[in-house]
Amino acid sequence: MIPFAALVRKDLKLFFNDRKAVVVGLLAPIILASFFGYLFGGQGGNAETSKVPVLVIDQDGSDISRGLIAQLSGDKNLDVKPSTLDAAREAVRKGKATAAIVIPKDFGRDAGRALFTGAGKPELGLLYDPSHNVELGMVKGILSGAVMQAVSKEMFTGRGGREMVDESLARVENDTQLAADDRKALRDLLGGVRELNERQDERREREGAPGQAELSRGLTMPYETREEAITSGQNVEYNGYAHSFGGMGVQFILFMGLDVGIGLLMLRQMGLWQRLRAAPLSRTMLLGSRTVSASLIAGFILLVLFGFARVVFGVRILGSFAGFVGVCAAFSLMTAAFGLMIAAIGGTVEATRGYSIMATLIMVMLGGAWVPTFVFPAWLRKLTVIVPTRWAMDGLDGMTWRGLGFSSALAPIGVLLLFTLLFGVVAVMQFRWGTD
Amino acid sequence: MLEVNSLTKNYGKLVAVTGVSFRADRGETIGLLGPNGAGKTTTVSIIAGLLSPDSGEVLIEGKQVQSDTDPVKLKIGLVPQDMALYDHLTARDNLTFFAALYSLAGAKAKQPIDDALNLVGLWDRAGDKVGTFSGGMKRRLNLAAALLHDPQILLLDEPTVGVDPQSRNAIFENLETLKKRGKTLIYTTHYMEEAERLCDRIVIIDHGKVIANDTLQGLHTLLPVTNVLAIDLDHADGFKPESMLALTEVKSVVLEEGTLRVGVHDLSRGAPVVLRWLADNGHSYHHVSSEQPNLETVFLTLTGRSLRDSK
Repeated sequence: MIPFAALVRKDLKLFFNDRKAVVVGLLAPIILASFFGYLFGGQGGNAETSKVPVLVIDQDGSDISRGLIAQLSGDKNLDVKPSTLDAAREAVRKGKATAAIVIPKDFGRDAGRALFTGAGKPELGLLYDPSHNVELGMVKGILSGAVMQAVSKEMFTGRGGREMVDESLARVENDTQLAADDRKALRDLLGGVRELNERQDERREREGAPGQAELSRGLTMPYETREEAITSGQNVEYNGYAHSFGGMGVQFILFMGLDVGIGLLMLRQMGLWQRLRAAPLSRTMLLGSRTVSASLIAGFILLVLFGFARVVFGVRILGSFAGFVGVCAAFSLMTAAFGLMIAAIGGTVEATRGYSIMATLIMVMLGGAWVPTFVFPAWLRKLTVIVPTRWAMDGLDGMTWRGLGFSSALAPIGVLLLFTLLFGVVAVMQFRWGTD
Repeated sequence: MLEVNSLTKNYGKLVAVTGVSFRADRGETIGLLGPNGAGKTTTVSIIAGLLSPDSGEVLIEGKQVQSDTDPVKLKIGLVPQDMALYDHLTARDNLTFFAALYSLAGAKAKQPIDDALNLVGLWDRAGDKVGTFSGGMKRRLNLAAALLHDPQILLLDEPTVGVDPQSRNAIFENLETLKKRGKTLIYTTHYMEEAERLCDRIVIIDHGKVIANDTLQGLHTLLPVTNVLAIDLDHADGFKPESMLALTEVKSVVLEEGTLRVGVHDLSRGAPVVLRWLADNGHSYHHVSSEQPNLETVFLTLTGRSLRDSK
């Protein structure tokens, strides 16, 4: 056991001796995780999100277009500003605005008619920045609700609506092909609407502007939503830092694993590998000690990261603590095996560093450590199950902010250990034991 | 003590060593002399158990190394050609680590570490990080790291590469001390003067083959010459040394950096002939001296090439 302990102790000593590297190695994930955590909801999910900049070009100037702009301006998610067509196009092209809505001439009149007849629908122009597809979807949703409300309000209670009723009544009276019964029914309907409008006008004159509000809101969404974030329990708020610290921990521990591999390759260059191989040490001891030391360092990094997140951002392990430890341990082992595999299949240090950094970044990205996997296309989401980082992230999320029990940690732990085995077998089989 | 029998090692089509054999007795120093790429490091790596030969065997006190953990390996100490040290650890921490690889820890390790530091003259720098050491100090510590488990056989793979003359001398003194203690040294080098100074026997390797294996005196008997005439030419450009081989008194000739080295059997008869030939052919010179033949001459005689040219 003396050589094994010495090998592990030496690796730990080398790691902690380079204090600048340790500090930078811990500060970097903390800074990045704090930044991403703030972006993705922050503490309690109440981080202030920036409004989507939207420009509006009103070529109509009708009551409906003005009402539409007022509706859009009132939405808390949008920052609406008036513009001209050329200026708006330039602003979107330069990325200064996410979208521009062009309300064409006669939009109000045509939209009102189309509301009842379905014919002659006017077109709303929508200029958008293709790099903001997610925001575009939101803008379109808000826009459709605002258009319905503005148009229906005007059609049911506004001046345009009355003109529409008068026009329709005249058309009914002059239509010779209309059956008498049908004509009567339509006359009654439209007459009823006209009578309602007249009564509202009288009431408005009698009671003043406030009375109008209740009757002239137009069509609104026929429901309200009651939102509840499902976290580990009632009154437990989502903490965006839990995911970001897990993600950055995963990323930087993978980089540490990469260093393990590169370090082994450098041992060969330095002649230290010859000295180790000349000693009466088994291969299991040489690789096993590396695995243990790398796992201990990985565990230390996770401990510091989550310790910081706990103290500064209130991140808590709301699920099984044993599950959390299990996921961390399994991921640490997997990382160590990953490092050994890199050393086994790597050629020169420089070439290996290049492709293993790329492989690491792809694993981190596909694992959802940077952005949640739900933004991926469906096929890519399915593909991520073959990426170990995805399981690590699922496990860490599950044991921290989701507050899941130990049983939910078993699958991530099991899969991570399988990856450990796979990488370990490749490492042992491909490892060049001799000297170069 | 050590027997190397018919070692062969190929890397694909490249023959690294073929049929290499020699033996070393207790307290004997064997020099493996040859140019870079001759197969010296491959031979040492096989002896140390770092490489498996394609054929042949290495016997240490009659036993082959059977596995990675074979106790026979305890009899070998390896000083690699590269600096096999951790720059971020102190000299003592390095030695403590290397001692632990041989299961020496605590009180058991303290004495060997102190002895090794004393031997190589680094006792006063034991607490300093190796990264602050000069190249010569690192070389000495590299040697010390191989001594901790008190091996009987020390494999030294070009242990003086890149060091200043003072450190080289210090290393030689360390090795002479070890030799006096009865250690068997296997010393690879392409510096003939090192081999001449340290080694009892010299094994000359070229292109993976042993081309000579004898004592220094024995190697000299292989030479067709007993004296070398060294002539510093005024103008060496365009001089064709091989044209001198037409003279019956001349047994070998090589021109290096303006100095012509002409091997002759009989100095009193050969020198006038050579000098007259130079004068007759219009070659002037400004210095003439005679030398005893050395390993360089031996290598030249055996391979037809200068050891320096072959690097």
